[in-house]
Amino acid sequence: MMYQHWRGERAGVLLKRGMCESSLQSLMAQDLSEKELLRMEVEQLKKEVKNPRAPISKTGKEIKEYVEARAGSDPLLKGISEDENPFKEKGTCVTS
Amino acid sequence: MCDQTFLVNVFGSCDKCFKQRALRPVFKKSQQLNYCSICAEIMATDGLHENETLASLKSEAESLKGKLEEERAKLHDVELHQVAERVEALGQFVMKTRRTLKGHGNKVLCMDWCKDKRRIVSSSQDGKVIVWDSFTTNKEHAVTMPCTWVMACAYAPSGCAIACGGLDNKCSVYPLTFDKNENMAAKKKSVAMHTNYLSACSFTNSDMQILTASGDGTCALWDVESGQLLQSFHGHGADVLCLDLAPSETGNTFVSGGCDKKAMVWDMRSGQCVQAFETHESDINSVRYYPSGDAFASGSDDATCRLYDLRADREVAIYSKESIIFGASSVDFSLSGRLLFAGYNDYTINVWDVLKGSRVSILFGHENRVSTLRVSPDGTAFCSGSWDHTLRVRKTSFHFAV
Repeated sequence: MMYQHWRGERAGVLLKRGMCESSLQSLMAQDLSEKELLRMEVEQLKKEVKNPRAPISKTGKEIKEYVEARAGSDPLLKGISEDENPFKEKGTCVTS
Repeated sequence: MCDQTFLVNVFGSCDKCFKQRALRPVFKKSQQLNYCSICAEIMATDGLHENETLASLKSEAESLKGKLEEERAKLHDVELHQVAERVEALGQFVMKTRRTLKGHGNKVLCMDWCKDKRRIVSSSQDGKVIVWDSFTTNKEHAVTMPCTWVMACAYAPSGCAIACGGLDNKCSVYPLTFDKNENMAAKKKSVAMHTNYLSACSFTNSDMQILTASGDGTCALWDVESGQLLQSFHGHGADVLCLDLAPSETGNTFVSGGCDKKAMVWDMRSGQCVQAFETHESDINSVRYYPSGDAFASGSDDATCRLYDLRADREVAIYSKESIIFGASSVDFSLSGRLLFAGYNDYTINVWDVLKGSRVSILFGHENRVSTLRVSPDGTAFCSGSWDHTLRVRKTSFHFAV
């Protein structure tokens, strides 16, 4: 099951993330049997099947409306003028 | 503002497995015992399934997964981009780098904004954690961690402390002090202890609690003051790489992503997984809630970003292109939720139109992988950190309409 795969793959995962072999830490000891893990998965799936759901035509519409209501005040969407820009280029000082 | 209180379990040795965990009372033949959440879960199902075999459980799991897919498919009546058909298309963007933060001696792995929309904390492979003033590019604080690969860092909501951790398997909190005579490292507080690397951390609504994710496959909620474990979250089948807390208005949940390709939504009070999504084809490196809290985006090594709608309980958009073949390491939304910024391992940042599913801009500049990316709290800028040792703060100069 997933768990057995995981132990073997963990070394691969850490290496993939660019770490050198010497920094691999010890694997977590998890002494649940495969049967116990599967039983927990079955119980979890039973719960999830019962979750309330709404159609995308409804929820997608709400996402769209959320965006439209706020698009006007989204600085990364609209861009902001140099006056309001806290990151604008610093001017040079002129001393008389 | 009062802090939310979570059920503080008794912490101690589980009566079944004897591990040091957060415990809850269970009743067995009218005797009260204290079990950890895993043993309690197992006990709840014990005795009800005497004649189960491994095979019967496997087939039950498969048929339930099929049922879940069926239920989810029933509500897939339209695609998100169809709902957004009449929304005006976005034109050309000009997004310029306004500040480049230089000072890290090695790969930048993580960054976070302070609520003051100005300060940034960043952490690096060389063990250094730096607090910057992004307006002036000055380094305000720097601390050297005892470990390398500081993979996680976070700013406290008050702006008075930072949290960080990595290969030391811990999450430590450092109060920020401007007193030149005080050594920041001396005030360090070790809060979280995992059995493998710390991959992500985040304060909750206050400075008092921290949520962590780890290579040991779990997430955990900790009390900062006492270091006590308040709740643990088990369910990922491999390293957890990222987490994000729901916006405070939506309640006490958070989402996590892992090397098991799953994104899981958790109830912080009960420790239970509420919803799980397994549509990515590789590790999920980054998860971020949509500003409304009704959806979240993920970025993965499979070179795609995806949007999951929590109320429709399914994936509703995939942001991908054939030309994009490198993994997405980090994602974040603009203020309105119209734009999704994603940093990739091919050194670029792609900007996606969340509603229409198309890419609206590609940003160059970093000279190595983009490892971390966050939009500022007021949405005026976004900052990206890279393996090229720098951080870049960018803003939109112009948006030319179509």
